[in-house]
This record gives sequence, structure tokens and C-alpha cells, in this order.
Amino acid sequence: MRDGAPQLQAYRIATAGPGSRAALAIACMILILLAVLPAFAGRNLIQDLIFLFYMLALAQCWNLLAGYAGLISVGQQAFVGLGGYILFALTLLAGLDPLLAIPLAGVASAVFALPTALVVFRLRGAYFAIGSWVVAEVYRLVFAQFKGLGGGTGTSLVPSITSNVLGIEWVKSMFDVRTPAARDIISYWAALALMATTLGFVYVVLRSRRGLALGAIRDQEAAAAGLGVDIYRLKLAVYVATAAVTGMVGALIYLQKARISPDAAFSVLDWTAYVIFIVVIGGIGTIEGPLIGAIIFYLLQRYLADFGAWYLILLGTLAITVMLFAPRGLWGFVAERYGVTLFPTRRRLVSGAGKGKGG
Amino acid sequence: MTGWLDALIQGILLGGLYALFAAGLSLIFGVMRLVNLAHGDLIVLAAFIILLLAEKLGLDPFAAVLVAAPVLFAIGFALQYALLNRTLGRDLLPPLLVTFGLSIMIQNGLLQLFSADSERLRSGAIETASIALGGGIAIGVVPLLTLLSAIAVIVVLNLIFYRTPLGRAFRAASDDLEVAQLMGIDHNRIFATAMGLAFVVIAIAALYLGLRANFDPTIGPARLLYAFEAVIIGGLGSFWGTLAGGIVLGLAQTVGARIDPEWQILSGHLAFLVVLGLRPRGLFPRAVD
Repeated sequence: MRDGAPQLQAYRIATAGPGSRAALAIACMILILLAVLPAFAGRNLIQDLIFLFYMLALAQCWNLLAGYAGLISVGQQAFVGLGGYILFALTLLAGLDPLLAIPLAGVASAVFALPTALVVFRLRGAYFAIGSWVVAEVYRLVFAQFKGLGGGTGTSLVPSITSNVLGIEWVKSMFDVRTPAARDIISYWAALALMATTLGFVYVVLRSRRGLALGAIRDQEAAAAGLGVDIYRLKLAVYVATAAVTGMVGALIYLQKARISPDAAFSVLDWTAYVIFIVVIGGIGTIEGPLIGAIIFYLLQRYLADFGAWYLILLGTLAITVMLFAPRGLWGFVAERYGVTLFPTRRRLVSGAGKGKGG
Repeated sequence: MTGWLDALIQGILLGGLYALFAAGLSLIFGVMRLVNLAHGDLIVLAAFIILLLAEKLGLDPFAAVLVAAPVLFAIGFALQYALLNRTLGRDLLPPLLVTFGLSIMIQNGLLQLFSADSERLRSGAIETASIALGGGIAIGVVPLLTLLSAIAVIVVLNLIFYRTPLGRAFRAASDDLEVAQLMGIDHNRIFATAMGLAFVVIAIAALYLGLRANFDPTIGPARLLYAFEAVIIGGLGSFWGTLAGGIVLGLAQTVGARIDPEWQILSGHLAFLVVLGLRPRGLFPRAVD
């Protein structure tokens, strides 16, 4: 196709720049630091970080759904609760090790997500949002019927399960801690691994061919379809994949909490409203946004959560203000102003023949 | 047998309440394609406003709603004019997120002001009055009034939509906003008027919500879901369809409750999912989208 056309200047397509390569290196270093942190940090910090990690993983999932695939779901609590309940069923009723139950909860969530999608995908746009919420309510009401898992009042994990997690003896002797602290450390590593995997997964997906298609859907769905993007399949794939991750996060959350009830596990406030808040405040449609949003949310939660209703009113006001005056969130504001990206997914034309496709 | 017949009648009457919840949602979706996630919480807010007026002014709830309706019209008008109009556009997220934020603010604001206690609107003997139909079946006066009010609201809304200049502007803005603007329609005012009207419907819905059962600040989201289900079951864009949707939902709930009281809400949701699976555009569709 390019034969015959006068070649004025050679261009290549690049996604990364020197700044983002440095950011990747720093991210890897931070990851290693976080991995060895339990050797120095106290139990409170470890517990706070577990919370931060799982909220961040949930936020990255919701960001991929709403920020890229155009699936604004208000029903992701369906998969948090599902994952939690499957962990409880597999450990309490089937006697499985909790660490093994976490990936299985992810698989089960994906399996449930498929028929769920067939129904809710019939609704579009804003109607999809409320439809996904209805489905989450159906899950909540159905799980409230399982008497073996405590029915409407819920149930707890017995200590013999939580104290015999894979590798707990090793952690106890390695860090010289007692069982509860060792449990936290194992949950911490699981949360860190899940968060890092989610981040890596989203990054890789967005830089792939499918990521380009997702970006096209985000920008203009009809045009993307016109260019041959199979929108339904791609959305379905994103929905199922994020359901799997959300289910694993849910399993981890309820392993850490060791107590589950339908109202808490399928709470729209805890597992969807907060998550939306994180993504929107930080900046929807970017990888950096949820990262920043999660840290801000963690700080607000830590210092203001005692104010109860006032705290939630403040969160609501903040979300509305950001949506009206800085719709691309804090990171969008910074990125636009200073032109920086840490996890670049946008393809840019760079002059000079160079090495071909940039890394 | 009597039990089942009773469940059927109660289901239809309950459908009247759901149609009232849904009519406001249907109205604003029809005019400005806005899906209001705070709709349920606004109904609860209106119920608290009626309660407050009834207590402070010593009014019967039926009189209090007449005082509340213009106040709510003004609140709705201002909300749309100052806030929600700014969120409308090609992007779906801003209206959803802003109304979701509003929902959380209203719930927690009400919790702060009125505590989590259950409240109820009191209207004396009419609350418990019933009409015996013979054969051991009786229908409550309030549930019957609910259904009749729902029908009246729908008749009036249809009259406004198809018989008045305001309704013509509503339909024009809904069909093609740009052309409507070219014809000299101030869409900001039209949308605000539509929201004000929706708030009057919300006031009527709130009256019967409070008369029929207890309410507290947290029950809003469930009312939003019922309203939404009624709209989708009935089919977008038709007020009579919304009434039919409300009745289908009410029937599903009372029949489910008749089998097992714990299944009431669940069977309503399942009926919605079944309709969605079989007839994704609802039973009586009109609008395209």
C-alpha cells in the first residue's frame, strides 16, 4: 500500500517514552519493597494495606469495564459477594484450603458471569447500570436462602480453617509472629499478588490489539463497530474477565474478614459506590487514575470514616464536583496539564525510523 | 383458592404503587433520556417532607401532599436547571454518577436528620378501612386509592403530553433536541419543567408509600429498582405500559410471597429477568433506545 508513495519522513509507532520506562522500573522496585514489608511493618499497617490493595484491584476492574468497555455497572458487588460465598462454601463445606479456594472462586465467578451477561447485555447504557444492580440483588436474595451458609444472618469461618492456611507455619517461624499476625501476612501477600496481577493484566490488555479496540469503543462505539471491532464479544470478554478478578478479590476480602452475611457481601455501597468514587476521583479511562483515587480514598476513609453519614455526604459531593468540573479526574487534570503518563497505553507517532515498534 | 384470588387482587393493587414509582422515572427518561439513580431516594425524601409538613402544620397527609407538591416541583425544577442539565450529553457517565452521588447524599442526609427509625404517615381510620367483596376477600381503601391515583396520574400525564403546548415541547425535545432548539424551544427550561412535574408524581408516590407501609432513609434504592423494573417490563415510552409493568411486578411479588414469604422480592426480580430474556423491549414498547 505504501509502495510508490513518496516517503517524506519515516515514522514509527511508540507507546512508551523514557519517563514511562523509569516509571515501570520504579513500579517494580516498589513491588519488591512491598513484598518484603511484613518483615518491618506493624500489623495495623499490613491490615490497612490489604484494604488499599483490594480496593485498588476492584477499582482497576471497574475502570476497565466502565472506562474502556463502556459497561457502567452498578452491580459488581454481585461478584464480590459470589467470590466470598464460594470461598466460604469451599472451605466450610468442602474442607478446601482457603488459598486454593481463591482461584476457584475466580473461576466460579467467571462461570456465573456468562449467563448473567446474556441477560444484562440486553440492556444498554444507563439501563445496563440498573439491570446489573437488579442481578446483584438477585444473588443477594438467593444466597440468603442457603441455610448451610447461615441464611440471611450469615456465618463465620471456624478458626481451624483460618489458622491452617497454606504456609502459615513457615510465616510464623520466619517472622517470629503469632497465628493472627501470620494470617494477616499471608492475606497481605495474596492481596498484593492479586493487585499487582490485576494491574499488570489491565496494562497488558490495554497495550494489546484488543486494548486498541477497547479504546475505540470508549471513544466512539459506532465507529469502532464500523471498523470491524466485534463489540459484543469484546465486551463479553471484559465482563467475564473482570468478574473473575472481582470474585477472587471478594474471596480474599471475606477470608480476611472471616465473617460473611448477604447484606455485607452484596453491599452496593462498599463494593461498587466506593469503587466508582475511587475511579472517578482519580481519573476514569487511565491506569494511573484508580491508583491515585485509591490512595485518596484510603486517606479519607482512615481519617474521616468516623463521621459516618457526614463522611458519605462529603464523598457524594466530592464525586459530583469532580464529575462536573474535572470529568477526567485528578490524574486526567495532571496528565493534560503536564503531559505525563506513567503507564502509557496510547500509541503516538514518533519521527525517525528507530527500532520499529517501541517497547 | 380464596388465598390465590386474594393474592391476585392484592398484586394488582400493589402494582398501582409500583406504577406510581415508575411514572416519574418514565417521564424524565421519555423527555430527556435521563436515568435518575436517585429516584427511589427522592421518593423517600418526599415522604419525609410530607411527614414533616403533616406533623408541624397538623395536617392530614392527604392535605400535606398538596402543600408538598409545589415545594417539590420547585426543588425538581431547580435541581434539573442548576445541576442535572449540565450532565446531559453524549457521555452516559456524568448523569449516572451525579445521580448516584445524589442518592448517597440524600440517604445519609435523611439518616442524619431523621435517624434510622421507621416512620409512617398517619391518616386515621382510612388507613385500616377496607371494602368487603364477599367470599372472605376484602380490599383495603388505601391500596385501592393507590391504584386509582396511578391511573389518574397516567391519564393526566398523557393529556399533558398529547394535548398541551408544554407536551408538544416535551415530545419535540425528546424526538430531536437540535431541531427543537431551532424551533425556539428553551430546552433547559423544558427539561427543568419535566423534572418538576416528575417531582409532583414523586410526591403522590411518596404519599402512598408512607400510608401503606413503614419507611426509613435506607429503602430508596429498592424503590428505584421496582420503578425501573416496572418501566422495562412495560416497555419504554408508554405510560400505560408502565402501569402494566407495575402490575406484573406487583403480581409476581404477591404470588411469590404466597408460596414463601421470603420469596416476595426475589420473585419480582426474577419476573423482570424473565421478561427481559423473552421480550427485551418490554411488553408494550414504544420508544426506540
